[in-house]
Amino acid sequence: MFAFIFRRILQAVVVMLVISLAVFAIKNQFGDPVRDLVGERVTPEERAQIAEKMGLNDPFFTQYGRFVRDAVTKGDLGRSFLYNKPNTEVIIAHAPATIELVFGTALIIIVISLPLGIYCALWPRRLLSRFTMSFSTLGVSMPVFLTAILLIYLFAVHWQVLPSYGRGKTVDLFGMGYWHTGLLTIDGIRHLILPCVSLSTLMLPLFIRLIRSEMMEVMETEYIKYAWAKGLSPARVWLVHAFKNTLLPVITVFGVQIGIMFAFTLLTELVFQWPGMGFMFLEAVNRADLSLLIAYMVVVAALFVFVNTVVDILYGFINPTVRITGSK
Amino acid sequence: MKKLLLLAASLFLVLSFAVSAGAKTVTVGLDADPVSLDPHVQLSGGMLQLSHWVFDPLVRWTQELTFEPRLATKWERLDELTMRFYLRKGVKFHSGNPFTAKDVKWSFDRMRTGVDFKALLEPFEGVTIVDDYTVDIKTKKPYALLLNMATYFFAMDSKFYTGTDANGQPKDAILKIGESFALNNESGTGAFVVTKREHGVGLEMERFKDYWDTKSPGNISKLIIAPIKENATRVAALLSGDVDFISPVPPQDFRRIDSDDKVKLVTISGGRIITFQMNQNRVEALKDVRVRQAIVHAVNNAGIVKKIMKGTATVAAQQGPRGYAGYKEALKPRYDLAKAKALMKEAGYANGFEITMMAPNNRYVNDAKIAEATAQMLGKIGIKVNLKTMPKAQYWNEFDARASDMMLIGWHSDTEDSGNFSEFLMMCENKETGYGAYNSGYCNPKVDELTIAAQSETNLEKRTAMLQEIEQILYDDAAFVPFHWQNHSYGAKKNLQVKPIVNAMNFPYFGDMIAD
Repeated sequence: MFAFIFRRILQAVVVMLVISLAVFAIKNQFGDPVRDLVGERVTPEERAQIAEKMGLNDPFFTQYGRFVRDAVTKGDLGRSFLYNKPNTEVIIAHAPATIELVFGTALIIIVISLPLGIYCALWPRRLLSRFTMSFSTLGVSMPVFLTAILLIYLFAVHWQVLPSYGRGKTVDLFGMGYWHTGLLTIDGIRHLILPCVSLSTLMLPLFIRLIRSEMMEVMETEYIKYAWAKGLSPARVWLVHAFKNTLLPVITVFGVQIGIMFAFTLLTELVFQWPGMGFMFLEAVNRADLSLLIAYMVVVAALFVFVNTVVDILYGFINPTVRITGSK
Repeated sequence: MKKLLLLAASLFLVLSFAVSAGAKTVTVGLDADPVSLDPHVQLSGGMLQLSHWVFDPLVRWTQELTFEPRLATKWERLDELTMRFYLRKGVKFHSGNPFTAKDVKWSFDRMRTGVDFKALLEPFEGVTIVDDYTVDIKTKKPYALLLNMATYFFAMDSKFYTGTDANGQPKDAILKIGESFALNNESGTGAFVVTKREHGVGLEMERFKDYWDTKSPGNISKLIIAPIKENATRVAALLSGDVDFISPVPPQDFRRIDSDDKVKLVTISGGRIITFQMNQNRVEALKDVRVRQAIVHAVNNAGIVKKIMKGTATVAAQQGPRGYAGYKEALKPRYDLAKAKALMKEAGYANGFEITMMAPNNRYVNDAKIAEATAQMLGKIGIKVNLKTMPKAQYWNEFDARASDMMLIGWHSDTEDSGNFSEFLMMCENKETGYGAYNSGYCNPKVDELTIAAQSETNLEKRTAMLQEIEQILYDDAAFVPFHWQNHSYGAKKNLQVKPIVNAMNFPYFGDMIAD
C-alpha cells in the first residue's frame, strides 16, 4: 500500500513538472511584460535593463529552475507585474468573487432545474413542459456573452431594477482580509443576480433535460410499476421512489459541470466587471503579465492533480484491483 | 451554529441600513484604473489624469492650449536658459505640511530618476531654489518648450516622502515592480485625497478640506473611480445610473447616449494622430515617392472617420492638429482614387505588388477596423495587403523589430507641440540619440535638421515657420499615411457640468467640476 501511495505521489510530482514546463515554454507567446510597465517614450536600452532586472533575459532553464525552487522551498510563485503583489496573494484575493459567482449559479440551477425537470418528466404534454423544452434549446444556443449584455440592458438600463457591474458592497468575512463576501449585504446579492443568471443559462437547460430524461426512464422501471401496484400515493412514488433514483447520475454530472463552470466564468466576469479569477486571467493575458499567468495555471493544475491523486489513492483503499494493475 | 447565524443576520441588518452620506458623490467609470499612486512611476495618460486630481503642477493647460497658473502664480524668463517661477503661498499638502520651493526641487529631482521621464527631462539642467517661494528652472540649451514641460512638474510633499518605510526601504523609491511607499501613499496639494485604493477594483477620493484653490467652482465631495473594461458594460452602467460619468465612450454608442434624456455626450478634439508608416527599407517600391503618394491618395481617410469613427475624429493630412505651432492650413486630405491609379502606373506598378501590414487591435479606437479598411482600399490600386492584427502586448515587440511593411501607430505629443511628432516618428532612426525611435523606414536629413533647429529656437515666429516647413516636406514626400486625430469622448449625467473641465489632453479636471 505504501509503495502504491508513494508511486501515485511521484507521478503527481512528475505531472506538475511537465505542466509547469509546458506553461513556461509558451509564456513568451503572450508578449512583452516590460512594455506594459513603461511609457511609450522609454528607450529599448532602458527596457532591456528592466527586463534584465526582472530576470526575463536569463536562459530558459535558469528561469524555470528559479521558479521551481522558490515554489517548492518557499511556496512563492513569483510576483505579479500588473498588480504589484505576490501572485499567491493576487489569486487568493480574486478567488472568493469567482467562488461566490459559481455558488450562486449552482443554487439557481438546483432550485429551477429540479422542479422543472420533474414536472416535464411527469407531464410531458402539458403547455409548460413544451414551453420549457423549446425555451431551453434557445438557452443552450445563445452565447453567454450575448445573454449577459441582454440582461444588463433589460434589467439595469431599461427597468433599472438591478445594478450593471461589479460586486457592490462586500464584507470582510473573517476579519482577516482574505474573503470579502457579497453574500451578506442586500447590495452584494443584488449585484450577484445578473451574473449568476447569465452564467446559469448555459447549464440550466442541460440539467432540466437531464433530470427529465432520467426521471422518465425511471418511471418506466419495474419497481415503479410495483410501487403503483402497491397503491402508494403519487407524491410518494414520484419523490421517494422515482426522484431519488434519478438523482444519482444527475449528481455525478453536476460535480463535473461545476468544475467546468469555473472555466466559463471568464466571459461573464468580463462583461460584468466581476473581480474574480476569470477577469484576472484575462487581464493577465491582455497585459502580458507572464508571472501571474504562469502562477495561475500552475495553481489550477496543482488543484486538479491534487484532487485526482487523492481520488486515486482512495480508490486504492476501496478497490484493491486498482493497486494491482498499477504495479507490475 | 446559532451564534453564527445570529452574527450573519446582524451583519446583514447593519450593512443594509448603512446608507452612505450622499453629498455630491460622483462615480466615474474608466476603462482602467491608475496603476499606482506614484506620479513618477509611469508616464501614461491614466497616471497623468490621477496626478491632476491628487497633485498640482506648476502650470496646466487650458482648453485653448494656453497656460493656467497653478502652484506657480507667475513666471518670467531671466535669460535664454533660465525661467523664474514665483510660487503660490499658503498651499498645504494633504499631510498638512506647507508647500515651498524645496518641494518643487525635490519633486523634479525625483522625477528625473524615473525611467519614463528621463528622455522628456533631458533638456533640463535642474531646479535651483532662490527663496522659499521662488525657483529658477534652467535648461542645458535654449529650449522653447520649457513652459509646456512645466505642466509635468507636479509637486510631491518632500517631507512626507522622506525617510524609510516599514520595510526599511526609502520612502521616495520609484519601483516598477515591488511594494514602494509612494505606490500606496500620497500627499499632494490636489483637490482630492485618496481614501481607499484597491488595484483593479477602484479608487475612492474625498475633497481636500484645506485645498488652496478656494476659487475653484468644483463641488464634488467624493470621487470614486471604477474601472469597467468592457465597452458595452461601461455604457450600460451610465445609462442605468450606476455611474455618473464614463470615458471613453465607444463610437458605436454615441447616438445612444446623445439621444437619452438623462445623460449627455461631450466630445473634444484631441491631439492623437493615427498613421500608417511605410517601410522603405523593406520594400523597394515604397522608396518611390509616387508609390507613397499613390497609397496616400488611395486611402479615403474622410470615409474612415465617417463610417468607422462615426464622425468622432478630425480628418488629418499632417501630424499636428489645429492649435499646434506647426499646423498648416493649406494641407488638405487628398483622397483621389483615379490619381492614385495614375501614380501607380506612372511609377511602373500598374499591376501592383504585395505587402504585409500590421496593426494592434486594442490600442487605439477601432485600430483593427481602420487597418482592415485600409487594406481593402489599397486593394483597389492593385496592392495586395497581408494584414495581421494583434493585442498591443505583442504588437510593440513587432513594431520594435519593424516586422512588417506597413505598421500602424498613433502618437500624442507629450509637449502639445508639433516638434515632438517628428522627433519620435519622422526623424531618421538613431539608436544613440533615441530620435526616430518609432520611425519605421523613412529618412530625410532636411527633416532632421529642421526638427533639431526648432527645439532651441526661442523666437516663436521663426519656430512656427520651421515646424510648418516640416509638415510641408512630409506632405510632399508622402512620408506616412495620415488618418485622423481621435476625439476624446465623455458620457455623463445631465447634472454634471462636463464641458468646462475637459481638454485636448484628456485630463478631465474633476477638482473643478460642478454637480447641480
